[in-house]
Formats: sequence, structure tokens, C-alpha cells
Amino acid sequence: MAGDAVIEARGLTKRYGANLAVDHVDLEVAAGEIVGILGPNGSGKTTTILMLLGLTEPTSGQAIVAGFDPLRDPLEVKRRVGYLPDQIGFYENMSARDNLAYTGRLAGLTRREIDERFEAALDRVGLGHVAHARVTTYSQGMRQRLGLAEILMKRPSVAVLDEPTTALDPHSTQEFLDMIRGLKADGTAVLLSSHHLDQVQSVCDRVALFNRGRLALSGTVTELAARVLGGGYVIDVEARGDKVPELLAEIPGVVRVQPLGGDRYRVDGQRDLRAAIARHLAERVELTGIYYATPSLNEVYARYFQEARDEIE
Amino acid sequence: MKSSRHGSPWTGLGTVVAKETADHLSSARMRILEALVFLTALYSAYLAIQAIRQTIGESPFLFLRLLTMTEDPLPFSFIGLLGFLIPLVAIALAFDSVNGEFNRRTLSRVLAQPIYRDALLLGKFLGALLSLTIALVALWLLVIGLGLLLLGLPPSTEEMVRMLGFLVATIAYGGVWLALAMLFSVLFRAPATAALAALGTWLLFSLFWSIITPIVTTLIAGPPEGILGPRLIYLDVQQIIDRLSPNTLYAETALALLQPATRALGPVLLSQLEGAVLGAPLPVTQSFVLIWPQLTGLIAATILIYAIAYVLFQRQEIRA
Repeated sequence: MAGDAVIEARGLTKRYGANLAVDHVDLEVAAGEIVGILGPNGSGKTTTILMLLGLTEPTSGQAIVAGFDPLRDPLEVKRRVGYLPDQIGFYENMSARDNLAYTGRLAGLTRREIDERFEAALDRVGLGHVAHARVTTYSQGMRQRLGLAEILMKRPSVAVLDEPTTALDPHSTQEFLDMIRGLKADGTAVLLSSHHLDQVQSVCDRVALFNRGRLALSGTVTELAARVLGGGYVIDVEARGDKVPELLAEIPGVVRVQPLGGDRYRVDGQRDLRAAIARHLAERVELTGIYYATPSLNEVYARYFQEARDEIE
Repeated sequence: MKSSRHGSPWTGLGTVVAKETADHLSSARMRILEALVFLTALYSAYLAIQAIRQTIGESPFLFLRLLTMTEDPLPFSFIGLLGFLIPLVAIALAFDSVNGEFNRRTLSRVLAQPIYRDALLLGKFLGALLSLTIALVALWLLVIGLGLLLLGLPPSTEEMVRMLGFLVATIAYGGVWLALAMLFSVLFRAPATAALAALGTWLLFSLFWSIITPIVTTLIAGPPEGILGPRLIYLDVQQIIDRLSPNTLYAETALALLQPATRALGPVLLSQLEGAVLGAPLPVTQSFVLIWPQLTGLIAATILIYAIAYVLFQRQEIRA
């Protein structure tokens, strides 16, 4: 296990009868790192999370979470891990405070610790003013925040967030993403499962892409772009003239040229090609703009699964 | 892949019991059922007391008669009412105990805390049993208080011991129905289905078991009458089938404890009655010896049904 890794999974496998839900997954997450888990529904993301939490038993393989084996020491793991499930539920007849106090007591916190922490946690997620209201009066967004408050109260080494921004409006989503960044600032490792690729890209240090139970790709978005799009650098070019795509394709290091509409083109390159593009186009066409574009996780994702589908067909 | 788990399976048990008990005692569902049981049971006891006051010198066990007498307009005695209504209360307490957690989507959040499923399930059972016990003890004290007030006599020590035994048997009887309702709440994801299954079982044992028993007995042991009269094998088989019902076990326990003259709970041969003074009360210790199999049967049934629910719950996937 790497020195600062708080999650390390080796060959983690889960089989339901003939169905292989998770197939030999290797995963490592360091302290204070945010790792996004991506993949279509049924690709094994949630099952992997449940195995890491000790909530379901792996068929084979091993995991170490916060220094403990979830299979042998699930209680120790769960003491150190905060979990926000994809569809979170609370006891409707109880107040936010009582809901947190209940899980706090289950987590082994003393009454004094609960009293000290719950107010700070609810204030941090913006629910301090409704701490004593029944959860039945809460909107879905407030419930998601309350789930995060529960994690904050626990002060875990690892936070596992499964689709935390589903059902949140854009403003709440941004606030929620800031809170996730706050967890990172506290030194908490975050495992974030989401279908919102732009959000994952904006907040995650690394990404793990699941497909059919396997961990297909893992790395930074730039690394994934290099592997999937064939170039780690994406440059947007604005130029008027004939045969701009052909001219761009002539430049050594250009992997792909994609028209974006109008006079705009996207170039995938093996390195930063802005200077070479400027030199090559300047005397041949009217070059009006050249920008370094961050590779989009959406593109990486779409291309990877397009190629995966093509391979199957 | 098998591995031994570390940490106590009972971690968090107390927290779950406290939360479940508080939930039950403050729920509208429990209050409505308590009101129903308290009103009917107290009315039944009141009617019995009115009748007893007319014939106060006829029995040394006035408080026990208070529980067993049937007086118009109610068709049941106090114990008959409890036998009928306790399963209803138990089912109401437990039919959505596990599937409710799934449906509210609280299960994964709770089990993500340092707690094993063992503690969650047992905590839910004990919480419901504790709530039922609190309600039954309150009812028991109320009936004794009513008896003291209206009869003007305190219960004897023997009556208190017998009534305490009856209270324990009633709690054990409630435990069977709690475990059964909990089993259905593990089996069926929809609470309505679980409630219907539990109520169906309750109706089966309350209303139809006495109809089913002779049919099944005849199939197994042949006709009830032989050339020389009733056949013993038929009576034995009938009793065995009858006692598969928790209602029968409870009714026999109540009968032996609250009617001290009861000397046997099955077929009695004439040779066994030799030397017996018919109608004379049995010592309380002998009454307890008599009901011991019934009481342990109720407790064993509770443990068995709970164990089945436990195994099923352990095998369920957490993701809703």
C-alpha cells in the first residue's frame, strides 16, 4: 500500500450468480485526493463502493480502507468513512438534529461531541437555521446537504459520495461542489460517483472510468484525454480560409481536427501546438484566434464508450 | 470468500433499541392501538368486577376471576381480548420495521455507521418488544388498580404470582407475533404486503385453526371415534396440531395460570384422576410446571422465527 493511500483495492471482484458485477478492480486513493468514479448504470460503481464500505462482501480480492480491511474490520472502516448514498433517506418524523444525533451515537460519538459538532456541521452546509425542523419539511437539496452534514460531523478520513448532486439546482450544485472541495481542504479523501461529467472534471483530481464491471481507465483528465482522444492537448482555432482542416492536419503532432461550426476547429495534439499552428496558418489563411482548451471529460467519456461499442459490434 | 469479522455484533444495539422504543411510544399508530386495547380490556375488567361484587364470597381468587370472566355485552373475557388484540398490536409494531428502512432509503445510511446488521435487527425487535411490554405492564397495573378500587380487597400473593406469570406469557405471546411480522417485513419489500401476510396468519390462527385442526387430524390419525369411544391417538394428534398455533399455547397458559383448578392441559384418563379432589386449586408451582412447555414453546417459536428473519436479512443486498 502506498504511503499516503487511504483506499487501496486489489483485484476486487463481486459476482452475483453468473453475473460478474465487479471484475478485478484495482483502485488507489490518497489522503486529501478527490477521485471521480464514472461509468454507465450497472458498470459496477456502487457495488465497488459498497465493498469498500464493508456493506457487501467481495467474492475475491482485497481492499484496505483507512488502514483496515472492510471484510474483517467493517466497524473500524465505517468509523472512519462517511457515506452519502445516491438516494439518501432520513427519518421524516425526526428533526435534522435528531437524525444526526442518532447516526452520531451509532458512530460512537459521545453526547458532548454530538452537541459540539452538529451545529458547526449544519452551519457549514447552510442548514443551521432549520436544525430543529422535521426532515419531512426539507427539499431534496436540503436532504443532500444534511447528508453531507452527517459526514462532516463524523470527521472521516474518507468520504464516499454517490451521485450527490442529483436533484440539485445549478446554484445548489455549485455550493455542494464547494463543500466537497472543503472536504479536500480538511485532508479528507473523497470518492465521488457521478454522471455529471462537467462537475466531476471541475472538482476531481483523478478519474476512474468503469465499464462492464472493470476499471477501464484511470488518471487525470489530461492523461485520459491523451489515451482516449490520442492527444493530451486540445487547442481551439478560429480561422477563415480554404482547406483549414487540411492545413491543420499537416502539422506534425496533430492527432485529430474536428470542425466546431463556423470558422472554429478543435485540434487534438500530442503536445502544446499553439505556436506551430500559428506559424503554419498565418501566411495561408486569416487566423483570428487560437486558444488552449482543457480536454473535456465529456468528450473522453463519449469517445471511450463509442469505441467500446464499436469493438463489440 | 469467507472471513471472520472483528468487533462486537452488538455495537450500537442500545442506540437502536432506544430510538425504536421512542419511535413506537410516540407514534400515532401505537397510541391508537393502545387506546383500543386499554378501553376494551378495562371495560371487560370493569364488567367482570361488577359481576364479582354480587358474588364476592364465592371464590378465593377474585382478581383471577376478574381476568377470566365473560360478561355481557362483551363476548370476550379480559384474557380473550388480549389473546385477540395482542397479535394486532405486535403486527402493527413490526410489519414495516425492515422494509420501511429500505423504502425510506435509510438502511444504507444507518448501516454505513459502525454497526452490524445483527444489532440493527435485534435492536428493532427489542425496541418493539420493550414498547409492547411497557404497554402491557401499564395495563396490568391499571387492572389491578381498578380491582383494588372497586373490590376494596388487595390481591393475594398467589394471585400476584399467577398474574405475573400471565404477564410474562402475554409478553412471550406478543414476541411470537412481533418476530413473525418482522419476518414478513424482511421477506416483502412492500409494507402493505407484509402487513397483509401477517394479518392473514393472525386470522388463520385466530379463526380458522380450530376448523383446520380436526380436518388435518382426521387425515393423519383417522376418525375421532373408535368402537370403544374417543380414540387416544386422534386426541394426541389433534393436540399436537392445535399447539402449533401460538394462540393455543397462550390460551392454555392463561387457563392454567388464571384458573387454579386446572389440573391438566390435555386428555386425562380416569386412572390419572384417582385420588384427585376435583375443583380444588393446584399449588402455584404446579400450575407453572403445567404451563412450562407452553411458555417455552412460545419463547422457542419467537427465537425460531426471529432466526429465520435474521438469516434472510443477512443475505439481503443493502442497495435499495
